[in-house]
Amino acid sequence: MVPITTFHYLVVAAALFVLGVIGVLTRRNVVIVLMSIELILNAVNLNLVAFSRMWGNLHGQLFAIFVTVDAAAEAAVGLGILIAFFRNKETINVDEIDLLKW
Amino acid sequence: MLFLNDIWLIPLFPAFGAVVMLFFGRRLQKTTIDAVCVGVVVLAFLFACFTVVDYTHFSHGSGRPFEKVLYTWLGSGDGHPNFVKRDGTLASFNADAGFLLDPLSSIWLLFVTGVGLLIHIYSTGYMAHEGGYYRFFGYMNLFMFSMLILILANNYMLLFVGWEGVGLCSYLLIGFYFHRHSASTAANKAFIVNRAGDAGFILGALTLSWYLGSFRFTDINTLARSGHLAIGDPVLTAAALLLFVGACGKSAQLPLHVWLPDAMEGPTPVSALIHAATMVTAGVYMVARSNAVFVLAPTAMKTVAIIGALTAVFAASIGLVQNDIKRVLAYSTISQLGYMFLALGVGAFAASVFHVFTHAFFKALLFLGSGSVIHALSGEQDLRNMGGLHRRLPTTHWTMLVATFAIAGIFPFAGFFSKDEILWQTWASESDAYHILWFVGYGTAMMTAFYMFRLMYLTFYSPARISPEAQRHVHESPKSMTMPLVILAICSIGAGWLSWPHSLGGSAYLVKFLEPTFAREAAVFQEEGKSAQLAAGEKESAHTDKTEYVLMFLSLAAAGVGWGMARRSYMNAGMNDGANAERNYVEPIAAKAPPLYTVLYNKWFVDEAYDYVFTGRQKIRKLRLGALGAGEAASWFDARIIDGAVNNVGWVTRAVATLSKWWDKWIIDGLGVNAPAILARLISYPARLFEWGLVQWYALVMVAGLLGFGVYYVWK
Repeated sequence: MVPITTFHYLVVAAALFVLGVIGVLTRRNVVIVLMSIELILNAVNLNLVAFSRMWGNLHGQLFAIFVTVDAAAEAAVGLGILIAFFRNKETINVDEIDLLKW
Repeated sequence: MLFLNDIWLIPLFPAFGAVVMLFFGRRLQKTTIDAVCVGVVVLAFLFACFTVVDYTHFSHGSGRPFEKVLYTWLGSGDGHPNFVKRDGTLASFNADAGFLLDPLSSIWLLFVTGVGLLIHIYSTGYMAHEGGYYRFFGYMNLFMFSMLILILANNYMLLFVGWEGVGLCSYLLIGFYFHRHSASTAANKAFIVNRAGDAGFILGALTLSWYLGSFRFTDINTLARSGHLAIGDPVLTAAALLLFVGACGKSAQLPLHVWLPDAMEGPTPVSALIHAATMVTAGVYMVARSNAVFVLAPTAMKTVAIIGALTAVFAASIGLVQNDIKRVLAYSTISQLGYMFLALGVGAFAASVFHVFTHAFFKALLFLGSGSVIHALSGEQDLRNMGGLHRRLPTTHWTMLVATFAIAGIFPFAGFFSKDEILWQTWASESDAYHILWFVGYGTAMMTAFYMFRLMYLTFYSPARISPEAQRHVHESPKSMTMPLVILAICSIGAGWLSWPHSLGGSAYLVKFLEPTFAREAAVFQEEGKSAQLAAGEKESAHTDKTEYVLMFLSLAAAGVGWGMARRSYMNAGMNDGANAERNYVEPIAAKAPPLYTVLYNKWFVDEAYDYVFTGRQKIRKLRLGALGAGEAASWFDARIIDGAVNNVGWVTRAVATLSKWWDKWIIDGLGVNAPAILARLISYPARLFEWGLVQWYALVMVAGLLGFGVYYVWK
């Protein structure tokens, strides 16, 4: 068995990150976009935890917990905005949301 | 002294009744209202009687006034004199809540409470079926309170409180049937005409206090009698004339008499109490109270005498032809008040007060009797629709007959003594010019007899002209109404005997009792040789005695002539047709002298003249005078001058504002604010093209940028 090293973690994290970015850029449904953002954040978490293990201290893990909390808060706010928006426009498609111009 | 010291309680009894009625009366039963309202007046009357008895012990016939000061009601206190008298000395502006009892106020006190009591009792019967019963009695008690304050006050300011109080109650009670337009207008008229008089009164009282340094009657009398003031002093003359203006308003003398006939819109007991027996004599009281001042102002005295005589004959002439039973009595009241002022004016103060005293009884009786007739005829007041009632209303008939004898001056009824005293004093006054006034008074006496017997014949003796509906309900009034009539009838016979003249072997008790109040004046008059107004008893010469007998006989003859003429003219009035009496009834004067009748029937067109001159309801050509005219002028001035000025200022403001607006809009907002903004927008146009609003495009650009930077750094 090949031992699982930091490198492996980084590869997985990079893959997750790329998947998240692609999701954010390509999907029209805002819910999916939000989920993709979660993927990006979790990719970051994975990196933090991996480096924490490598260096043998807890700073990285502590930071990962902060990120998790932040992700939850962000999801709540994002979904709240989403609902408010749906009430006004009856849609959650990102390409129809083009108020943010000029 | 027990009662005398608590004299201030007397007005408080009716005040209590008024408070109870006006705050809680609506919820009370009729019997409770009767008990409270009549009860407090009974108490006031009894208290008044005991007080006067006390007073006679106190004064021992000296006429020394009793004064009781409760507290200083208005003013600066004794320590801080704060107004400058005309001689430069300082004086305190003080009015007390103080009470004064002397022979003058004693007499008023007794007949006001006495007659007031009888009229309250009468009202329990007369007003029994009227709405607002408690309100009526509340006002009546309030009136009693005000009237008692008026006659017991020891200074002009407190007297003025009562003066205005009775005016207010008069207004409220004239307008008692306020739903009737004529009643509310009459109430307003009474109130407004009285204001004219009140202005004179308050100016007169203030002038006096400024000149003499006190509001108190005793102080003013002492000063006026001290001999330091000259007879004919112009300030005193002005003050006396102003006070007399007040008396003219309250006592309905020319030219302020117009309100009293209209005041008959009130309930009949009100007419009896306020507009015949008590309130309207307040003017006489006030002038008699100020006698010391009037005596020093011969011009004012002459004015009082002439106005009084003119009013007497003027009102009597109108009374000759009026058809409303209460209006005849109203004009009679004005005429009798004229007599009283005539007596005041010739210096016969005691005779005037004596006439007030007797008049209170017989005039109250006449009004209450007429009320009984009206009650019996279901509200009919027109003499043309009466007649033949002397068997149907026996008590009313004989009591009214007594009153008619009394007012006509037939021996030995009360009016004979008092009226004769006045005529005699007028004749005997020193100036022969006053003989003219005697003739005027004498003519008035004849007219009085005529219109009173006309009223009696048309009401009681002539053939009945009553409408069939009223005919069915004719009934004598209840005991509560006839009992006061009987008592008043007894007084109308006996009141005159209190001052049985010396020439007929009497002792002139009442005049003697009053003498101290007025006595010094007689002395002043004698010293100056201006006049010889002395009480009848002091006339000694046989010659004057003989004249007195002649005058007495003449006035009896006048009464007889008036009676006879009335009998001949009205005994068979409206005989032809009972049903349409009003149409067929022809006034004898109207048949003989139509123009004279028209003038008299329309009250000498005084109201119409006032409409042209004072109220302005009528225009002279295109010109409107009086209050409405002033209103129109003010309205024109307001619309044209004031509003014109306002509008011009407004126009200028608008023009400036328009300019300012233009400057603001095009220069400040345009050049200063909007132009830079437009410039900024034009410049920013290309930059804005980058922002087309889709979030994912922004994210893509960001990612592409990051990738670009990453590639650049890795392969550099």
